[in-house]
Amino acid sequence: MRTDWTIYASFLGAGLIMLLPRNAKTLIRWTALLTGLVGLALGWHGCTAYNGTGFVHLANAAWIPSLGVRYHLAVDGLNLPLVLLNGIVCVTGILFSWNIEERVKEFFAFFLTLIAGVYGVFMAMDLFLLFVFYELAIVPKYFLIAIWGSTRKEYGAMKLVLYSFVGSAAVFVAILAAFFAGGGQTFDILEMAKNPIARDVQVWVFPLVFAGFGVLAGMWPFHTWAPTGHVAAPTAASMLLAGVVMKLGSYGCLRAAMLLFPAGFIHWQWWIASLAVIGILYGAAVAMVQKDFKFIIGYSSVSHMGFVLLGLATLNRDGMSGAVLQMFSHGIVASLLFAVVGRMVYDRTHTRQLDELGGLAKSLPFACVTFVIAGAASMGMPGFSGFVAELQVLIGAFKMSPWLAALAALSIAVTAAYILNALHKVFYNDQKLLPSSHPLPPITVPEVMAAVMLMATLVIVGLHPSLLLDMIQSNVDLFLGGLP
Amino acid sequence: MSGAYAQILSALGSETALVLVGLVVLTLDFVVGRKREPGKRRELVGAVALFGLALSAVPLVGQVGLTGVSLPGETLVVNPLTIIFKFILIVLAAVTVLISMDHDIGTHVGEYFAMLLFGAIGMLLLVGTEEFLTIFVALELTSISLYVLTAFHKHSLRSQEAALKYFLFGAIASAFLLFGLSYIYGLSGATNLREIGASLTGKGTNPLLAVGLLCVLVGLGFKVAMVPFHLWAPDAYEGAPTPVTAFIATGSKVASFFVLVKVVMVSFGGAAGSAFWGAFSSGWAMVLGLTAAASMVLGNCAAIVQHNIKRLLAYSSIAHAGYILIGLVAATATGASAVLFYVTVYALTNLGAFGVVAALSARAGGDDLEHFDGMARRAPFLSLLMLVFVLSLAGIPPLGGFLGKFYLFAAALQRDARTFGLLWLVALGIGMSAVSLYYYLVVMKHMYVLPPKDPARIRTSPHVSLALTMCAVAVVVLGIWPEPLVRLLKTLVIRL
Repeated sequence: MRTDWTIYASFLGAGLIMLLPRNAKTLIRWTALLTGLVGLALGWHGCTAYNGTGFVHLANAAWIPSLGVRYHLAVDGLNLPLVLLNGIVCVTGILFSWNIEERVKEFFAFFLTLIAGVYGVFMAMDLFLLFVFYELAIVPKYFLIAIWGSTRKEYGAMKLVLYSFVGSAAVFVAILAAFFAGGGQTFDILEMAKNPIARDVQVWVFPLVFAGFGVLAGMWPFHTWAPTGHVAAPTAASMLLAGVVMKLGSYGCLRAAMLLFPAGFIHWQWWIASLAVIGILYGAAVAMVQKDFKFIIGYSSVSHMGFVLLGLATLNRDGMSGAVLQMFSHGIVASLLFAVVGRMVYDRTHTRQLDELGGLAKSLPFACVTFVIAGAASMGMPGFSGFVAELQVLIGAFKMSPWLAALAALSIAVTAAYILNALHKVFYNDQKLLPSSHPLPPITVPEVMAAVMLMATLVIVGLHPSLLLDMIQSNVDLFLGGLP
Repeated sequence: MSGAYAQILSALGSETALVLVGLVVLTLDFVVGRKREPGKRRELVGAVALFGLALSAVPLVGQVGLTGVSLPGETLVVNPLTIIFKFILIVLAAVTVLISMDHDIGTHVGEYFAMLLFGAIGMLLLVGTEEFLTIFVALELTSISLYVLTAFHKHSLRSQEAALKYFLFGAIASAFLLFGLSYIYGLSGATNLREIGASLTGKGTNPLLAVGLLCVLVGLGFKVAMVPFHLWAPDAYEGAPTPVTAFIATGSKVASFFVLVKVVMVSFGGAAGSAFWGAFSSGWAMVLGLTAAASMVLGNCAAIVQHNIKRLLAYSSIAHAGYILIGLVAATATGASAVLFYVTVYALTNLGAFGVVAALSARAGGDDLEHFDGMARRAPFLSLLMLVFVLSLAGIPPLGGFLGKFYLFAAALQRDARTFGLLWLVALGIGMSAVSLYYYLVVMKHMYVLPPKDPARIRTSPHVSLALTMCAVAVVVLGIWPEPLVRLLKTLVIRL
């Protein structure tokens, strides 16, 4: 069982769904769920079978030899956690979308295409191939948001897609330049990394690649698509967006920008670290003053993705392994938060305004428990995965500059403040109890299953981080050892 | 003597077959067609035209063996490259015929299909010659057929206006071309592309050559609709019957770009100049570099504000002419093969897109964007095909349009990989692709996101669906497995 089958299984699932009759909604849902589970199982198997260091090459064949393009897929300790994350978010996203009744067939077809593209990006070891999968993941997002979304959905969808596409255009220019500067022989990332291109070219190519991918990672000041996009998206799509799509950006920064242009990276290191810290503080501060429940989570994502970028910018073992773990951890936390806001609360109350909500702890106790756990993980409580990840990032940042670490750490207090504020207003503030004449529908079984799955992941990784951290750290060592 | 005729006939097999079938089509419609109701009449006559196109592909198979045939003065040449492009043109014409069979083209059915075939003959000749006078005659044959076809909606004022505009611009462009040719002939004493090339090398720049070259570029630039010779395109595309639009946007473009590549690379190889940033020097590469930039910017920006899907695609095709020119600006064999690859993909994609518009617009009540609201629910299959075509135009992988653009840009950068002289043009092209995604997504928004105004399902005839599906499959295959065509074109162009 090779991990790259996750890609083919997801495409196959999407194709199969296209062939099903549009009214066979239950069949379509189960097909999607089964596809997601197959992907998750393959990802899980890949993680357990992985021996700890270096690359496992899954496919490496000439694809378009005249252009130096190879079909090269591989896994290592840096992308396996993300493959696993994608599987988890896919399965739980499908479970949280169980209540979608409109155009079910198209929804799951787009959903699984997006998932397949994401798997592909994480495993691609050829720049061209990576780019192909990356763009493949952009387009379905437009449809998922514009068709099934809410609140200014067409605007949010268009903004998101154009931002991502402009980012990828910058990456595209840089990839071509790097290809020809390196001799014009191969797009294979690992081959290209062996012969770094001239320093003066790296210095201008690197920011294009890093910022291009950084757009999708929510890097300040290119983050503005994130809150509007998240808010406009339907629950499963915002889970995917915050859960995995933003990680495409940070993963691209790590795999393409940092590996191929180390000299360029060192030249811009302080800029990136500063932007990351600004993003962390800005996201947290703006989340503080939001009136819309989903906007809080949206800005919180910007803030937490800042930790990923900060971790990468430290260029040391602790910071970088913290960054990779934070990608995984934030993927789970954000999915859970968006599920609570979008599916559990909004689908029932049809409002997300903090001023209109209140007292939901009584009517939806399960949602309250889920939010408490997800919120605790989000503010970095020990025992959850977020704590381990952010602590590592902060240690790494402290080694680089105590000031940066101190500023970034400030945000943890702010996070606690806005999470607790939201918790109070939405779940406890009994004065504004929603009229009891409309009893809210109870939480359904698929929701409980998905939420439990996500919460269990948070706790397991939080209590036993070495499950993922060992393979991440050994590969970060390899990565750092390979730099000149 | 009879040997020479046999050689001419073997080189002109496809064209001869099409002339004969064109005449048969005219007679047949006159004799038996007029008694039938329009739909059946179109199907009958169209089927004969289709048969004629299939027949015209047969001589091409025979030509595969006799590579490198050329008649005195290169008035007719046969080589693998001409065979491939003649075949592509025949396929494009065949799909156009298939689309036309399902489209209201009035009562002059025979004339319509005959004109289509005559236009195709002009395009085939254009590909199969390396001599300026033949190029001019073939260009006129194509253009005049297309002018007539554009006016075929006899009762629509727009169609008449479009045809007149197309004709006036076209006539002036032809005059420029002929005028330019007279200078070139005066300088080189030859009308044959290779002889011109040979006699011009080493002579340095010359004001007369500059005038002649510019006039030739104006004439051909009109055919490929590059800025600033694009003004006819939006009106002609909008006014013409949609299948005709499809043919103008694809067949005519393929043939014209083929000629443009041949003319500039073979005859004027020495007068390329350079469009490198900061090192501009006069020559056709510089002129084309600037027009490429202008075409991309103007085409994409103007497309954003269009409400009519045919106008939108017209501006998009102006922008695409800009992308294609980038490959030519590189002035290398790789650049030329990238141009030919992209033109092929582009033609299949645009033919498909116009085909979908033709199939849907009659039943949707018009070809404004709003008529396509909710099409995904009214005609799911054709909408899916449109999704493929539009995304390919936008350059989204893994479709052919992406690979084509990638190849063009790579070829341009490869030209001067040390100082990145053409990076400005490539960066502009990629940036403009990002702009173009906006209006392509607007088309998709109308089809997929907005609710339908009239929920009735739209049914289309199976042969249209089949033809368009073939286009879509070709677009996908060229994106996923481009290696054979890329390699083939590369080896053939080097021999050019």
